[in-house]
Amino acid sequence: MNERNEHLETLQEIRSLMERSSRFISLSGLSGVAAGVFALAGAAMVYVYLGTTPFEHKQLYYVIAQTTSKWGLDYISFFLLDAILILVGALSCGIFFTTRKARRKGQKTWDALAQRLVINMAIPLSTGAAVCLAMLYHGQIEFIIPSTLVFYGLALVNASKYTLTDIRYLGFLEIALGIIGLFNIGYGLEIWAIGFGILHIVYGIIMYFKYE
Amino acid sequence: MKKIIDKLNKSFDNRVRLGMMSILMVNEWVDFKTFKEMLGLSDGNLASHMSALEKQGYVEVRKQFVGRKPQTTYNATLIGRQAFNDHLDALEKLLKNR
Repeated sequence: MNERNEHLETLQEIRSLMERSSRFISLSGLSGVAAGVFALAGAAMVYVYLGTTPFEHKQLYYVIAQTTSKWGLDYISFFLLDAILILVGALSCGIFFTTRKARRKGQKTWDALAQRLVINMAIPLSTGAAVCLAMLYHGQIEFIIPSTLVFYGLALVNASKYTLTDIRYLGFLEIALGIIGLFNIGYGLEIWAIGFGILHIVYGIIMYFKYE
Repeated sequence: MKKIIDKLNKSFDNRVRLGMMSILMVNEWVDFKTFKEMLGLSDGNLASHMSALEKQGYVEVRKQFVGRKPQTTYNATLIGRQAFNDHLDALEKLLKNR
């Protein structure tokens, strides 16, 4: 019996070393929740700016946007500012919670694994950013919001090889939502709020209880 | 029973060597520092076990310069991978048989 336990322990040790040495596992579920909250707040700001409510649809949001100018901002500056605020908020909370989790577990935050994760997320994301800028340049703004979901989903699927595998399915969901959004462009904002807001919060909570 | 135990590879008896191979199974060209951090070992301890694996032909070594610093990295050979997989299979059988 003793020998059996020893072998079991050995196998568990092997598994743990393989995991720890190839995947960045300190990613905190709370950073997902925080990102979701920032996304919902950012989406709410857009509704306030446009003076519309979700699922109202007297007029398409991107049509209203083009004639809206509030708080001394035209719609392009407003959308860019809003996006930057969401990004900075979500990223800094993500870094905070992930560093905290790593420290508690006595692991390094910014090691080779974290760098590999960031690089592999950055490739689809920066491609997406370039594509969205091109759309903005050509005035095709209705496609931008659903496209961000598609590229973010691709980034998650790509990154899932280097961190907790669960984010692969989050990636698939984001891609699916983005594609639905591309075919129903009037619902772009609602779908974006579901994808970046609600999905992040739900996923973050699931991950938190699963791993922390 | 005896047969299965014979299949367990003596080279992987030791925890350190087992750990090294585990890391090398999922990573290519791993440097010395990473092993040290992952396994929490001294330089000497690590080096002697690594050279044992090297002698068996399970691990290949590459020495190069990164900037001005010499860097040694290790990679599992095909034979090494095969041997490690066989070892794991044997372990698994042992557990199932009882």
